[in-house]
Amino acid sequence: MSAAPTPRPKHYRPYYDLNLAHLPPPGLLSIFHRISGALLFFPILPTLLCFMYLALGSEEGFARVHGWFAQPLVKLIAFGAIWLYAHHFFAGIRYLLLDLHWGVEKAPARASALAVFALGALATLLVAWRLW
Amino acid sequence: MKAYRKNPVGAHYGLGEWLLQRLTAVVMALFTIVMFACIVLEAPHGYAGWKSFFTGTTVRLATMLFVVALLYHAWVGMRDILMDYLRATGIRLALQAAVGLALIFYLIWAASILWGR
Repeated sequence: MSAAPTPRPKHYRPYYDLNLAHLPPPGLLSIFHRISGALLFFPILPTLLCFMYLALGSEEGFARVHGWFAQPLVKLIAFGAIWLYAHHFFAGIRYLLLDLHWGVEKAPARASALAVFALGALATLLVAWRLW
Repeated sequence: MKAYRKNPVGAHYGLGEWLLQRLTAVVMALFTIVMFACIVLEAPHGYAGWKSFFTGTTVRLATMLFVVALLYHAWVGMRDILMDYLRATGIRLALQAAVGLALIFYLIWAASILWGR
């Protein structure tokens, strides 16, 4: 007796769907966790060390770094880096809770993923509002 | 006679690394919250303010603990990414070595910023 082939799902596509916008919220959170982690390792971490080296090294170095951060473009890039850190932070806490079997079902996992995106954006906006 | 069976699951360091990645994450998360609160409360201002903030022994040691945790955490994370996307062993190992060297460089640099000069 041979098993009948399972019918293809209605939305079957014979190629990999690489469009990130088609991912459900937990999937999008996951890939952003990965991308933000890689970007934090490089170039954000060495850039931060460079700024700390200059700013804590001498009075002139501090003034130079202070001058750079007065420029709107530098501020925007810094807020982008802060968003990456905030997202990695909140998504990481969500993963720790999932490891403790908290909110593993589909509905709470989806809700917590959306909450992580909201918290990451909120934290970034808060810091941006205070520093602008 | 018991037949020799090759153990298919490798060197068994996976679980330890997985656990340490979580542990280092907790260390860094706590540091982030406490450091954020300290900076908001103390509000260091200018070169002298920031310099004295980062010369406090507690801040120095906590920051070094953060950097060490980050070193291990980033190592596991970057290695996972490289293992997932790069199948060519030579390129993967070369990049893993570069990541490891970069992380050791970051560690020495952070220590010299905090204690040097």
